[in-house]
Amino acid sequence: MTSPANDLDRLVGREYKEGFVTEIDAETLPPGLNEDVVRAISEKKREPAFMLEWRLQAYRHWLTMREPRWAQVQYSPIDYQAISYYSAPKQTPGPKSLEEVDPKLLETYEKLGIPLEEQKALAGVAVDAVFDSVSVKTTFRNTLAEAGVIFCSISEALQEHPELVRRYLGSVVPQGDNFYAALNSAVFSDGSFVYIPKGVRCPMELSTYFRINAMNTGQFERTLIIADEGSYVSYLEGCTAPMRDENQLHAAVVELIALENAQIKYSTVQNWYPGDELGRGGIYNFVTKRGACRGHRSKISWTQVETGSAITWKYPSVLLEGDGSVGEFYSVALTNNRQQADTGTKMIHIGKNTASTIISKGISAGHGQNTYRGLVKVLSGSDNARNYSQCDSLLLGDRCGAHTFPYVEVKNPTARVEHEATTSKISDDQLFYCRQRGLSEEDAVSMIVNGFCKEVFRELPMEFAVEAQKLLDVSLEGAVG
Amino acid sequence: MTDPVRQSYVDSHRSVAQRLPGSAQPWLRRVREAGLSRFNNVGFPTLRDEDWKYTDVRVIAKQPFLPVLDPGDGVDGERLRPLSFAGLESHRCVFVNGHYAPHLSALGTLADGIVVDNLATVLNQQPRELEGELGRSAPGELHGFAALNTAYLMDGAYVRLGRNCELELPIELIYVSTGTDDNRRVTYPRNLIIAESGSRAVIVERFVGLGQNRYLTSAITEVIAGPSAHIDYYKLQEESQRAYHVHGLYLEQARDSAVTTNNIALGAAIARTDIQVSLAAPGTCSKLNGLYIGTGKQHIDNHTQVDHRSPHCISDEFYKGVLDGRARAVFHGRVVVHQDAQHTDAQQQNKNLLLSPNAEVDTKPQLEIYADDVKCSHGATVGQLDPDAIFYLRSRALDESTARNLLTYAFANDVINRFALDPIRRAMEGRLVSKLLHGQQLEDLA
Repeated sequence: MTSPANDLDRLVGREYKEGFVTEIDAETLPPGLNEDVVRAISEKKREPAFMLEWRLQAYRHWLTMREPRWAQVQYSPIDYQAISYYSAPKQTPGPKSLEEVDPKLLETYEKLGIPLEEQKALAGVAVDAVFDSVSVKTTFRNTLAEAGVIFCSISEALQEHPELVRRYLGSVVPQGDNFYAALNSAVFSDGSFVYIPKGVRCPMELSTYFRINAMNTGQFERTLIIADEGSYVSYLEGCTAPMRDENQLHAAVVELIALENAQIKYSTVQNWYPGDELGRGGIYNFVTKRGACRGHRSKISWTQVETGSAITWKYPSVLLEGDGSVGEFYSVALTNNRQQADTGTKMIHIGKNTASTIISKGISAGHGQNTYRGLVKVLSGSDNARNYSQCDSLLLGDRCGAHTFPYVEVKNPTARVEHEATTSKISDDQLFYCRQRGLSEEDAVSMIVNGFCKEVFRELPMEFAVEAQKLLDVSLEGAVG
Repeated sequence: MTDPVRQSYVDSHRSVAQRLPGSAQPWLRRVREAGLSRFNNVGFPTLRDEDWKYTDVRVIAKQPFLPVLDPGDGVDGERLRPLSFAGLESHRCVFVNGHYAPHLSALGTLADGIVVDNLATVLNQQPRELEGELGRSAPGELHGFAALNTAYLMDGAYVRLGRNCELELPIELIYVSTGTDDNRRVTYPRNLIIAESGSRAVIVERFVGLGQNRYLTSAITEVIAGPSAHIDYYKLQEESQRAYHVHGLYLEQARDSAVTTNNIALGAAIARTDIQVSLAAPGTCSKLNGLYIGTGKQHIDNHTQVDHRSPHCISDEFYKGVLDGRARAVFHGRVVVHQDAQHTDAQQQNKNLLLSPNAEVDTKPQLEIYADDVKCSHGATVGQLDPDAIFYLRSRALDESTARNLLTYAFANDVINRFALDPIRRAMEGRLVSKLLHGQQLEDLA
C-alpha cells in the first residue's frame, strides 16, 4: 500500500489540466473604467441607443455602491481601474463554417476535449462558444430556427431582436441589484440569448463554453433565457480557464424567465482556474444568477457543480411568482487547497402553492473553506408554500472548513419550511468496508464522495454528469489520507 | 457626523460617572471608559449589522433613555407577592429599577464559601475581589447596548460559589422595573456569577415589569463555570408589554463543567437576548433550551453563539417558538467548531409554530466548522399546526379550538419538559395557557 501522505502530495500537486494560454491577437481596451469605456463598449458592439443609456444608468448607480463584505471569503481588494473591460479575438467577421474560424481557437477547444465537430455529430448539442468576449461560432442555428428557437449571442440579439432584449433584460436582475450586477450591467461584453417560443420543447440541449483568455480581462457575461408559455429548455454551461498568476474577476449575470407552464433547466459545471496550492492566482467568480417563475405552474431548476475558482460567490435564485411554480437547486461545491466558496440559493415564495427544493453538498479538503448560504423567504400572500432544504458537508482533512448559514424568513402560517444540515467526515467504518472488498483507499474515497454527490449528479444531463465525476476525481481524489 | 442621541449618552455618563459605585477604582474606571468609548464608536446597532438584520432598534435609538440613579420607592412586598412561584423556596435577591432592594430580598442562610451579594456593595467595599473578573467573559466586540451597560455598570448580583460548594436551594435574582411616567428610563443590571471548581447551583434570573410604562433594560450576566462546576441557569423575561429588553448572557466553561441555560421570553415589545457560550476546555457540556412566545406586536430576538474551542465538548441547543397576532420572532443560532476541536458533538434545533397569518419568523441557524472529526447537525422548521392531527382530535369529538390548543400546548411543552426545576416548569405551563391559548379548557392541564 502506498503511503497516503505520498498520494496526497501527488494528487494535490497535480497540475491544472486545462492550463494553457492561446496566443491570439485580441482587440483590447486599455485598463480602466469610466463613462467613455462604457460608451466605447456599446459603440464597438453597435448597440441601439436604449442600450447605451441602460449601461450608463447602471454605471452611474455602480459608482454610488459599496463593495459587499459580508461573505465568508477573504481576498485582497480588487482594483477596478486595473481591469480591461473589453477584449475580442480578431478575426474575419461572421464565420459561416468551421474552416473560417481561427485554427488556434479550434485547437483550444480540442485541448479542452470539446471539439465542435464531434459534439455536433455525436452529442447533438448546439454549442455557442464564447472565447473571451465575442461569440465565435454558433452551430445548429438552423435546426433551432426551424423550431422557432432563438439561440444567439446577446449582441446579435440586440441587433436582431431588440424588442425582446429590451423587454426582459434587467427584469429579473435590475441594474442596481448588487455591486457586481451593476458593474456587469455597465460593461457586459457578450453572452448568450435564448428565446423559446410558446409551446415549443427545445429540440436539443443548449450549451455554451466560456473561457477567459486574454490577460487581465475580466469577463462580464450576460445571459438571458426566456421560456415562453408551455415551453421547455435545458441549458448547459461549462467553464474552464487557463493557468494564470493574477486574480481575474468574473462577474457574470444570468437571468431566466419562465412564463406560464414553462420549464427551464440550467446546469453548470464550473472549473475556472482555482489558483495554486498556496492560493496564488485563480479566478474570482462573483456571479449573479436569478430566475423568475413569472407564470403559473412554471419551473426553474438550477444544478451546479462548482470545483474551480479561487473564490466562488454566487447564489442562483428563483423568484416563485406564479401560483404553483416550482424552484429547485442542486449543488455540489468542492474546495481544495486555498479555495473558498460561499454559495447557495435564494428561494422567494410569492405565489400560492409554490414549492422549492434545495439540495446542497459541500466538500472541503486541504485548506478549503466551503460555505452554504441560502435564503428561503415566504411572503405573506404565499399560501401553502413548501420548502425542503438539505445541506450536507463532507470534511476531508483537519485544516479545512465547512459552514452552513441558512436564512429562513416566513410570513405566512400555512408555509412548511424545513432545513436540515449535517457535517461529517468519511467514517472509518465506510472506508473499512470498501477496503475489505478489495478497493484501494483512493478508490474507496472517490466512490464514497461520488455517492455523497449522487443526488445532485442525477440532475445533470448525461454529458455533464460524466464530466462532473471526472472533475471531482481530479480535484479531490486522494485528498484524504 | 455626530448623532445627538449617542452624544447625550456620552454626556450624561460624564455627569454621573462620579456617582457610580466604585468610581474611585482605576481599574473599574478603565472598564467603564472602554465601554463608553466602544459605544461612542459603534452606537446602536442598525439593520445593516448582520447580527441585527431582523431587529430594528431605531425606536430605541431615536431618543435618549436616562439612567435611574436612585432606587424607586413604591414597590413593596405586596406588589411582589403575586410574582413568586408556587413551591419555589429560594435565596432571593430583589432589585428595583436596577438597584438592590434589601427590604424585599430574603437571602436566607448561606453555607461557608458561598457569597451572594449585590455588586454595588462589593464594588464599594471590596472592589479588589472583582478586578479582572468583571467583564472577563464578555466578548471583545460588544454591541452598543452591552457597551452602554459596561459604561454605566451600577448594580446587580454578585455570586461566588467556593470550591465544591453546593447550594441546595436556587438563587433567585428578580429585576423589577416600574419605569417612570416619562417613559424614558433605562436600567443596567449587571450580574457576575463565579462558580469555582466542583461547585453546584441553580440560578433563576427574572426580569419583571410592573405597570405599563415604557422603559429600557440593558442587562449583562457573566457566568464563569470552573472545572467540574455544575450550573443550571434559568432566565425568565416578563417585562412590561411596552418595554424594551436587551440582555447579554456570556458564559465561560472550564474543563468538565456542565451548564444548562433555559431562556424563556414572554414579555417586552422588543426583546433581544444574546447568549454566548465559550467551551474553552475539554469535556465541557452545554445545554441551551429556549422558549419564546410572541403575541400582539411583540418582537422577540434570540441570538446564541456556541464556540467549541476544545476537543471532546458537547453542546445541545433546543429552541422553540410560538407566534400569534402580529408577533415576530428571530432566531440566530451559531455554532463555531474551531480548529482542532475534534470529537465535538454539536446539535441544534429550532422549531417555530405560526398561529396567525400576520406572524413572522426569521430563523438563521449557522454552523461554522474548522475541524473534521466532528458530529454536528442543525435543523430549523417553520410551520403551522398539522391539519391531520387536528382532524384526528376532532374525530375524537374535541372542538376545533380545543384541538388547536391541545396541539399548541404540546408543541411548547416539549421545551418546558426540559426544565429540571419543578416549580418553574409548573409556572411556565400556567403562563403558556394564560398567554397563548384561547379558551380556558386547558387550565386543568397546567
